[in-house]
Amino acid sequence: MSELTDLGVAAIREGVAKGDFTAVEVAGAFNAAVAEAQPALNAFITLTPEKALEAAAAVDADRAAGKALGKMAGVPIGMKDLFATTGTKTTAASNILGTFVPPYESTVSQKLWDAGAGMLGKLNLDQFAMGSSNETSAFGNVISPWRREGSDAQMAPGGSSGGSSAAVSARIAPAATGTDTGGSIRQPAAFTGISGIKPTYGRCSRWGIVAFASSLDQAGPMARDVRDCAIMLEAMAGFDPKDSTSLDMPVPEWEASLNADLRGKKVGIPREYRMDGMDADVARVWDEGIAWLKDAGAEIVDINLAHTKYALPAYYIIAPAEASSNLARYDGVRYGLRDLPPKESARGAGLQDMYAATRAAGFGAEVRRRILIGTYVLSAGFYDAYYTQAQKVRTLISRDFMDAFQTVDVILAPTAPTAAFGLGEMVSDPLAMYLNDVFAVPASLAGLPAMSVPAGLDRQGLPLGLQLIGRPFDEQGVLDAGLAIEARAGFTARPAKWW
Amino acid sequence: MSDYRIQGATGEWEVVIGLEVHAQISTQAKLFSGAATAFGAEPNTQVSLVDAAMPGMLPVPNRECIRQAVRTGIAINAQINKWSRFDRKNYFYADLPQGYQISQLYHPIVGEGAIEVQLDDKNPESTKTIGIERIHVEQDAGKLMHDQHPTMSYVDLNRSGVALMEIVSRPDMRSPAEAGAYLSKLRTILRYVGSCDGNMDQGSMRADVNVSVRRPGEPFGTRTETKNVNSVRFVMAVVEQEAKRQVALIEDGGKVVQETRLYDPDRNETRSMRSKEDAHDYRYFPDPDLLPIELDDAFLEECRASLPELPDAKRHRYETVLGLSAYNAGVLTAEVETSRWFEALLAATATQQGKPESEVAKQAANWLTSELFGALNKLGKGLLESPVSPEAGGALLALVGKGTISGSIAKQVLEKMLETGDAAGVIVEREGLMQTSDTGAIEAAVDAVLAANSDKVEQYRAGKEALFGFFVGQTMKAMQGKGNPQLVNEVLKAKLG
Repeated sequence: MSELTDLGVAAIREGVAKGDFTAVEVAGAFNAAVAEAQPALNAFITLTPEKALEAAAAVDADRAAGKALGKMAGVPIGMKDLFATTGTKTTAASNILGTFVPPYESTVSQKLWDAGAGMLGKLNLDQFAMGSSNETSAFGNVISPWRREGSDAQMAPGGSSGGSSAAVSARIAPAATGTDTGGSIRQPAAFTGISGIKPTYGRCSRWGIVAFASSLDQAGPMARDVRDCAIMLEAMAGFDPKDSTSLDMPVPEWEASLNADLRGKKVGIPREYRMDGMDADVARVWDEGIAWLKDAGAEIVDINLAHTKYALPAYYIIAPAEASSNLARYDGVRYGLRDLPPKESARGAGLQDMYAATRAAGFGAEVRRRILIGTYVLSAGFYDAYYTQAQKVRTLISRDFMDAFQTVDVILAPTAPTAAFGLGEMVSDPLAMYLNDVFAVPASLAGLPAMSVPAGLDRQGLPLGLQLIGRPFDEQGVLDAGLAIEARAGFTARPAKWW
Repeated sequence: MSDYRIQGATGEWEVVIGLEVHAQISTQAKLFSGAATAFGAEPNTQVSLVDAAMPGMLPVPNRECIRQAVRTGIAINAQINKWSRFDRKNYFYADLPQGYQISQLYHPIVGEGAIEVQLDDKNPESTKTIGIERIHVEQDAGKLMHDQHPTMSYVDLNRSGVALMEIVSRPDMRSPAEAGAYLSKLRTILRYVGSCDGNMDQGSMRADVNVSVRRPGEPFGTRTETKNVNSVRFVMAVVEQEAKRQVALIEDGGKVVQETRLYDPDRNETRSMRSKEDAHDYRYFPDPDLLPIELDDAFLEECRASLPELPDAKRHRYETVLGLSAYNAGVLTAEVETSRWFEALLAATATQQGKPESEVAKQAANWLTSELFGALNKLGKGLLESPVSPEAGGALLALVGKGTISGSIAKQVLEKMLETGDAAGVIVEREGLMQTSDTGAIEAAVDAVLAANSDKVEQYRAGKEALFGFFVGQTMKAMQGKGNPQLVNEVLKAKLG
């Protein structure tokens, strides 16, 4: 038998259920792998080995007692440190929440624990989920387990769910939660050769997830393969009366319905995503993907998504606008960091001084940048030119997709314009960094289910992902097409263990 | 048209007033959280994770708050917007945990409406229609406490997230009296509807008072806004003081600055709080945590059907159907509790006398407004604290109606009822207060009175007929008020010939 840490969600669940190994053995193996990798990868902010063991022991006890086991029974996972976890520090990778311990559990994490999963720890991320390389964390960069062939330069794991992608691809967690606002599940999944799905907006409750941009934020699973994603998404999704934007719909049995036979399905290839100067490897993998889906029985159809080029600018207005407001609550008054300037007068510091000092010390440069952008685009005199206009663009982008889905069932596109880049290579150029989200953002703006599956390697030996975008509520169509690609891509590459 | 004018050194000025009234919606729970809303609780004991704006917390609209806003809108004959939306008003303050207030700027739930106010209680013709621009629903903020520590301020979040309606009038008022009448009428309507308890001293209702002055007939002047005025009297005072201040300022060659002011009741003056230059840029935008509020016809119909008879309609019915005087109708409908009490009294009176309500309405109304109100006033009690219930009052009136006791005895009985809490019948029985219709007893009493006052009898017979009342009074006194007045009159007339 291979090592326990080589197993994914389905295999662990099955092995535990059959008694091939105990959940405690699995948790122990992953806890050890995490501890070994943590100094090198920095994928976690907080380690909770005892939580993983505790949940595993409960599963083993349930099994011994003959009780029914949950969908995620015996599977230890990594929890992005954006999900509130009762009694465990929840930082959003920021100083301002650097020591914040919530007295409540996010709906999604609670559902996972209820399904029998255990927590290995809280995963590192870009600060407040703002970033595409995990270089904005106040707890240090996450180092991708991947390296370019013949180089030991540190690579970006993608972002913002960079701790999640690094941990899953390094085999120190079988699966992890992610959140996706403008590609934060899909791009890191693509960068690290794993699968990740952002469901339809509203499928997963946002309650208890530290907000970045409310109209875009969606939680989703990141795992080794499509089936594992389906299993874990079933455990995460579901109506939550505590979230007004939650979808009041039953959760489909995605795993049981998985079907890679695409006969009778039409796959759209958006012309506008094929850009001038496109990376040759990305173009090649995309073409291969088209061929694979054809092979799976699908009919390939060229489609127009005419407003694609406006998606990124619109996103970088809407998301910062919402963020500037969502992050106003971090003011040093009730919880989190409170900083006061040095006392220069007998009067002492006032409220404004406290705000300024607290927020300057509590937020990193990228977060401050987005708060400034968001404040600017919402301010009097600029609101219509920026925010209103961006909302119109958002409507047009949704309409493009709805028109396309009149003809096609699912859309195939690259996940990101390039493979992973090296840490530090993009950090001085925010615009170049933002461009990383160019293929991911349209589906976010339209609230559509979209997933990235690993499809191949580029000339440097780094993973490339393909993205599948589906109709609203049609996660199944996305997962099925993903499965068809997975079956044909034969992607078995994994990072060599250097840590 | 109001003829209220400020007499300035250079001539007459007209004052223009608009009110923004914040009314706390009467619900058990806050607008977007399940936390309680009771007044006067210990600081920070009615605060949910949502109200404290903990990370990842989300607002969920309280359906009852929406319903109350819609019912209020219908009650002021306003346009109800079937599609409305919440916006965020962004600003930093220590009593505002989210860093924004959830409000409705762009698409309020209630559009244009109006209410009619009567400026003079005694004059039903003195009515004026005041336009209402909109009603929107929003969250209240918390409260800062500066008196708990020498160098620090404390925050109480009990009010944070409590649901308010902001009711914005048009600048239709032209005098302190009109502003006062509008606020009183609005309060009455809200209390009838049940959407706000109207307790201004507890902060359930407060007004931002917009005041400007102009020469009669000229365009509007620059306005100031005096915030958080919490009584009808203070609103009237603010209008008066602020108008005078503005006139004096302009006549001195100065200019009114658009600014926010505060009212100091101790000094009866307004003070500048911040000018327009310091005004916040609130960066309003639609709250992405909330879906638009969409109302269907069935919901609106339910809201409409749930409304009670409103003050104007009730007052009209009291006058036309019950035949009450305009004054009584006004007094009895001014407070919803009074009208409820009156209607219970009326029902009891009618039942106990076996007569239709319209026949006993005047009797009940007169007794309530003159006898009971007067007696309670002496005791320093409100109607709701009355030791005499409407049913007990009805029983008392029935004794009068059936001739068992006279009106003057009824006063004594009421006093005893208030004192002892006993029923009218019990008191009358115990104290032997039944009216006497025994002609023999009355004749004996009259004879005695006439014999004792032979001089006055002569004067009467000589033409001084005004003395008749004297004889009645003496006879009644001799009979301890128990003689049937009609029979006493008859016997006296016969004997005096």
